[in-house]
Amino acid sequence: MPKIIVYSTPTCPYCHMVKDYLKKFNFAFEDVDVSVDEARAQEMIDKSGQMGVPVLDIDGKIIVGFNRAEIDKTLGIKK
Amino acid sequence: MYDVIVIGAGPAGITAAIYCARARLKTLVLSKNIGGQAALSSDVENYTGYQFVTGAELAQKFHSHLDEFPQVEHHEAPEEAEKLKKTRKGFILETDADRYEARAVIICSGANPRPLGVAGEKKLRNKGVSYCATCDAPLFKGKDVAVIGGGNSAMDAVMRLLKYAGKVFVLNVNPELKGDELLKEKILAEPRVQVVPNARTVAILGKKSVEAITYSQKGGPERKLPVQGVFVEIGWTPATEFADVEKNKWNEIKVNLACETSAEGVFAAGDCTDVPEKQIIVAAGMGAVAALSAIKYLSRK
Repeated sequence: MPKIIVYSTPTCPYCHMVKDYLKKFNFAFEDVDVSVDEARAQEMIDKSGQMGVPVLDIDGKIIVGFNRAEIDKTLGIKK
Repeated sequence: MYDVIVIGAGPAGITAAIYCARARLKTLVLSKNIGGQAALSSDVENYTGYQFVTGAELAQKFHSHLDEFPQVEHHEAPEEAEKLKKTRKGFILETDADRYEARAVIICSGANPRPLGVAGEKKLRNKGVSYCATCDAPLFKGKDVAVIGGGNSAMDAVMRLLKYAGKVFVLNVNPELKGDELLKEKILAEPRVQVVPNARTVAILGKKSVEAITYSQKGGPERKLPVQGVFVEIGWTPATEFADVEKNKWNEIKVNLACETSAEGVFAAGDCTDVPEKQIIVAAGMGAVAALSAIKYLSRK
């Protein structure tokens, strides 16, 4: 299984969607709420250069936003 | 072949889908997200029956209501409509993922945030420039930020940002804030908010992330404000490019009171249309009208 981290905030609808999407294909992930964890928020910004959620870290590969095509490719999800 | 394809799953799309499902139509819902712009509103206090609900909660309620109808096919992953074509039997919809056929189409595709169109905006998108205060506000803890805009969406963003940010500047191109009076009073009374009236944004500056914003007041000299975040809230552009139906000069789909468009068999509802009021409750109501019109159309065919 790939190591997946999802950086998210509770108020971001795309974050919920991306997490639901991963669950649907039975991928386990670490869910980091950057609205409460400032250190991890900084870690996300350092990794991605991004100040927007969601950010996914899939085995070190950074994907910003709910970019389905990129997620499918990285995780080998086929329709 | 579906009876109806509903494009969009905001208040209009989900309501339309529920009506179609109850009429036992074979229904497909395609969307980029759930809840549309409603999901991005922080606090909703004018949806009848809910004294107070957050946009995200309301979107969740809409979603579970849709899930009550397992016969409605709904693709959870984001899917974007690219081209709607008329055929002899009905319509073909091409998306970024697949193509589908249906006898009727209900367009509830909503609108996307309108960019400012100033230097630095594209480069610094998601690097301090955000179009979703609801999503990104928590990342600006203790930081000074600017909100561009002066309407309800801008004020909503200010309220959201005040929970996290340091100072909040509001750059308003108009002399006064416009919209909900209660919200306006709250914002003007807040010592951490500074409203800059008659301010035209010139550029967003920063190397790796936003460092400052420049603006000019009434054609005066350019001024620089050091901020780490810029939230653009200057309105929306309808997401209607894929559909070849009659639109007004703002690309909003023209509809009549029955939510019919210029193309027979194509209906539209909510913020993608030329309805003068863009409200969650209006969009939901229009979704019902569009669905009922589609149901009648299909029974005639």
